[in-house]
Amino acid sequence: MTPMLKLSMIHKSFNQGTVDERVALNNIQLQLAEGDFVTVIGSNGAGKSTLMNIISGVLQPDEGTIEIDGRVTNRMPEYDRGRLIGRVFQDPMAGTSPAMTIEENMAIAYGRDKQRTVRIGVNRKRREMFKETLETLHLGLENRLSAKVGLLSGGERQALSLVMATFTKPKVLLLDEHTAALDPSREQIITKLTKEIVERDKLTTLMITHNMQQALDLGNRLIMMDSGTIILDVPQEKKQNLTIQGLINEFSRIRGANFVSDRTVLA
Amino acid sequence: MYNALIGSLEAGLIFSIMALGVYLTFRILDFPDLTVDGSFTTGGAVAAAMITSGLSPLLSTVTAIVIGCLAGVFTGILHTKGKINALLAGILTAIALYSINLRIMGKANIPLLNQETILSQMNALSQSLFSTESFAILIGIGVLVLLAKLFIDWFLRTEIGLCIRATGNNPRMIRSFSVNTDNMIILGLAISNGFVALGGALWAQYQGFADISMGIGTIIVALASVIIGEVLFGSRSIAVATLAAIGGAIVYRIVVAIALRVGLNPSDMKLMTASIVILALIAPKLIAIIRKKRKKKYRSVISNVNSKMEAK
Repeated sequence: MTPMLKLSMIHKSFNQGTVDERVALNNIQLQLAEGDFVTVIGSNGAGKSTLMNIISGVLQPDEGTIEIDGRVTNRMPEYDRGRLIGRVFQDPMAGTSPAMTIEENMAIAYGRDKQRTVRIGVNRKRREMFKETLETLHLGLENRLSAKVGLLSGGERQALSLVMATFTKPKVLLLDEHTAALDPSREQIITKLTKEIVERDKLTTLMITHNMQQALDLGNRLIMMDSGTIILDVPQEKKQNLTIQGLINEFSRIRGANFVSDRTVLA
Repeated sequence: MYNALIGSLEAGLIFSIMALGVYLTFRILDFPDLTVDGSFTTGGAVAAAMITSGLSPLLSTVTAIVIGCLAGVFTGILHTKGKINALLAGILTAIALYSINLRIMGKANIPLLNQETILSQMNALSQSLFSTESFAILIGIGVLVLLAKLFIDWFLRTEIGLCIRATGNNPRMIRSFSVNTDNMIILGLAISNGFVALGGALWAQYQGFADISMGIGTIIVALASVIIGEVLFGSRSIAVATLAAIGGAIVYRIVVAIALRVGLNPSDMKLMTASIVILALIAPKLIAIIRKKRKKKYRSVISNVNSKMEAK
């Protein structure tokens, strides 16, 4: 079976040829089978976000190929890859359009994998469909379809972002610390929603998280990155028995150093 | 006085078409497009040149719209593909259009007196239907403006329209939903400048001539209209905002008429318009600062009183 996402020999460095040259990704090899839900942890500057940006087309790799569902996407511009990839950003303001209403935002998400035309974006049929989808969130957003998204709270906006990113069941879902900016109770809600949606739609997912417990609780596989390489790849069987302390010990064993990150939540 | 009011209304309605165009770029796309100083004249130049060479006013006006759209496309390509700053891209197109407009007109001024125009046709139609010409232009232009407004209201609700709005509001997000933001910017600029050129074409036919300098300051007049409209009528939804742009253009024209009546020189109008825009842009920030200061004062007074009470 062809993997849904396949990265081969990805190399990326910034400020190449200057004294500030910094290798962000070094020979990354990663394959996600269809339905894989992989959590990614790593210290600051490990290259997690660069990895996401390379996959989504925001950045171009210096070397290596990116394949999505068997198609090499290196030359596909970011917006074109948007047909295949759903993304939720860390900033709750980033995934939605604040000046537009909830239903208009949903209509944009609905059009992701379709040819957009001069048909009206929100018609009665679609409104019903948006309503049904939003009901599954249990946040009452289905009753506020014509409210501007800018009026929603950070947690509500992130929930909406998640629904929008997954609405057309993308081939790959990229979650870039999408709960990091939320307070603990909202974080819990979004984490639960993420689990529900990804499992329901069997989405092939790559999730960066700063929260080790979240990384252990979610998904069927965990990878740890450091200095631009994947240093640990834990399959489901082993992941089930892994603890935070176990992860930290693994890191020290591999790198011979202590796991440092000012943002990682250990508890 | 009465005639002056009708005149202001007619002029305001024609200018409101251009204000609608600028609303599209300035507010929806968040793109300060200076192309309009050139494309307004282009609209007038194309219409006047074609009408004087004997072509139908309708065809001339429609052609003016198309050429205006092309001007917008050019600015859009400069900005998105050439990576030129938005303001500079617009200015470059506007400067280039100055020469092109002179080429189109062949001279700096084309009179349209005694020519058949869209407006004279409106008068003639009204004469044959109601045997009067009064209000013919006002109603005729009013219908055109209404159609223009309804077009924008409709377009911004279509799938493509939603993407244009999101491009102006959150480009990163809309790219992640498979929208080519470059194309949206180019399309938005095309439509906007089409509207501006239509305004120029109608204005040339209304005032009876096209002039190479008729577009100077267009952007500021249009901005003034959009901002005055927002202040007076609000911008809750697209439909309200487009109505506000029209209302703003009319109010602006009435203000100009009053200013002329109280003795201001016509050549002072640009200074007045610029002042209105500056004031409208700065006022909200000033008000915010004053409010903050007041709050601080209030707080320090309260803490003073509190500390005195404690001392007692």
